[in-house]
Amino acid sequence: MRALVWHGANDIRCDTVPDPEIEHPRDAIVKVTTCAICGSDLHLHDHVMPGMEKGDIVGHEFMGEVVEVGSDAKSALKVGERVVVPFTIWCGECDQCKRGNYSVCERSNRNKALADKMFGHTTAGLFGYTHLTGGYAGGQAEYVRVPMADRTHIKIPSGLTDEQVLFLGDIFPTGWQAVAQCDIQPTDSVAIWGCGPVGQMTIRSAILLGAKQVIAIDRVPERLAMARAGGAITIDFEEESVVERLNELTGGKGPEKCIDAVGMEAHATATVDSMMDRAKQALMLESDRAHVLREMIYVCRPAGTLSIPGVYGGLIDKMPFGMAMNKGLTWRMGQTHVNRWTDDLLNRIQEGQIDPSFVITHTVPLDQGPEMYKTFRDKRDGCIKVVLKP
Amino acid sequence: MAYYDRSSTGDTLARGLGWFSIGLGVAELMAGRTIARWMGMEDRTTLIRAYGVREITAGVGLLALGDPKPWIWSRIAGDAVDMATLAAGMAPGSKVNPRAGNARIAFGAVVAATALDVVCAQALHREEAYYRSLPVPDYSDRSGFPRPVSAMRGAASDAPIRDDMRTPIILQFQGAADAGFPSPRGERGIPP
Repeated sequence: MRALVWHGANDIRCDTVPDPEIEHPRDAIVKVTTCAICGSDLHLHDHVMPGMEKGDIVGHEFMGEVVEVGSDAKSALKVGERVVVPFTIWCGECDQCKRGNYSVCERSNRNKALADKMFGHTTAGLFGYTHLTGGYAGGQAEYVRVPMADRTHIKIPSGLTDEQVLFLGDIFPTGWQAVAQCDIQPTDSVAIWGCGPVGQMTIRSAILLGAKQVIAIDRVPERLAMARAGGAITIDFEEESVVERLNELTGGKGPEKCIDAVGMEAHATATVDSMMDRAKQALMLESDRAHVLREMIYVCRPAGTLSIPGVYGGLIDKMPFGMAMNKGLTWRMGQTHVNRWTDDLLNRIQEGQIDPSFVITHTVPLDQGPEMYKTFRDKRDGCIKVVLKP
Repeated sequence: MAYYDRSSTGDTLARGLGWFSIGLGVAELMAGRTIARWMGMEDRTTLIRAYGVREITAGVGLLALGDPKPWIWSRIAGDAVDMATLAAGMAPGSKVNPRAGNARIAFGAVVAATALDVVCAQALHREEAYYRSLPVPDYSDRSGFPRPVSAMRGAASDAPIRDDMRTPIILQFQGAADAGFPSPRGERGIPP
């Protein structure tokens, strides 16, 4: 089969690789009909995320048709069913899964020993996202093996297009959880850093969940335009001061809820801390660029909440933690417990409350994927979300 | 917003110059005295080491700090300073430099590097002009909602969000105004 394969920094290729096979009775094989490049895939492409190996198949946002089912998954899945596959693999049986904390499933990471060493305790296995999270083959491919498939799926009813439901596997519930864990009140101002795909979903989620004011921060004109379309007041951080503008919009008190939809590769080129981060990252003195986190801590209203759906990979430097402690900020973060949200979100899509396909700007065949990684990373051609068709 | 394409010819050249900068900078820093002696300019050893630091900074800037254009221009400015320093070393001034020939070779190398820097800067600015000339796609109608935003605000306020995702009542802003604080005198703990 054809698949997008990681060969090193800035080197993802469309290669011919062996077809996946059932390896465990709980597995299923899915023929991928549509997949997407996620912003967090760029961390792999740029090789700022540790734990990749040459030959790894990438991609964790995908859907398709079940073509083979292991004996222990047959009660939950049937050949021919249409499924979106959540990026977090979960067993449904461990303590964390029973609490709904699927992204920290204790049993789905087959490289548990490595993750225990790296994180203290393992988190869930993820598709196509480093050997720290299991080294599972990803879904930017014609076929994919889905482990623990009796749990790790979202069944899709007929009548909905792939584009409407694909993002249930990652960015839609990720934006939703980012807002849900802020516990939005009708009086809240919510500031969202980053108007990429997750930022766009976060904006819509904040509107649907009833925030009084949603403020979105970015520098790319077309992304800011899409954010305004979704109901946000926008701040172009290259044109105006984020701190001054946020204070102005919140009566000088700062937003109650701040959401980091950027993560480890912040692009605030005009700030000293960001330049230092880039230099230190290049010299391997830190792994993540944390400008957004620092700015959130600074502008957030005391006793406010920081929510972090943006992906971080390792070590950050110069974190003003004294400021955070003294302001009594609440931190909420983590990978998304995808299936905790998807029944509700699927209903909302079916009812027409939202159509997540608004975010798609590019649809291309799988073999154009490597080029689209560069287009997406460099924000060329108005690119916000790339969908691939194997 | 600054436009640059990390897979373009200009950017590839900039990265090459970035590595060259780092290599030259390390050499100037570590072997400043040897280089100065080779050019007959021993009294400029400290200056050459300082230039090494400048080169390393420009190299890191070109390789890691996003838009390479400001760093290429910083290299061009640095080239001018280098040429001025070397010209002073070669000049038939108060004392004759017995190794002026070596200084002239170094001067020639700086001229060649400057030419590359200028070519690179021009390529990067041409690429930026090209990207700026492209039409900006209009996504202003992509709300994702079936109705105006004003009608969708709070449409999902009935969403099933469990308590573990909720903010404890004591930390809620909206609760603070009517949560019974400060507690009546003598009462301990959280009010009902």
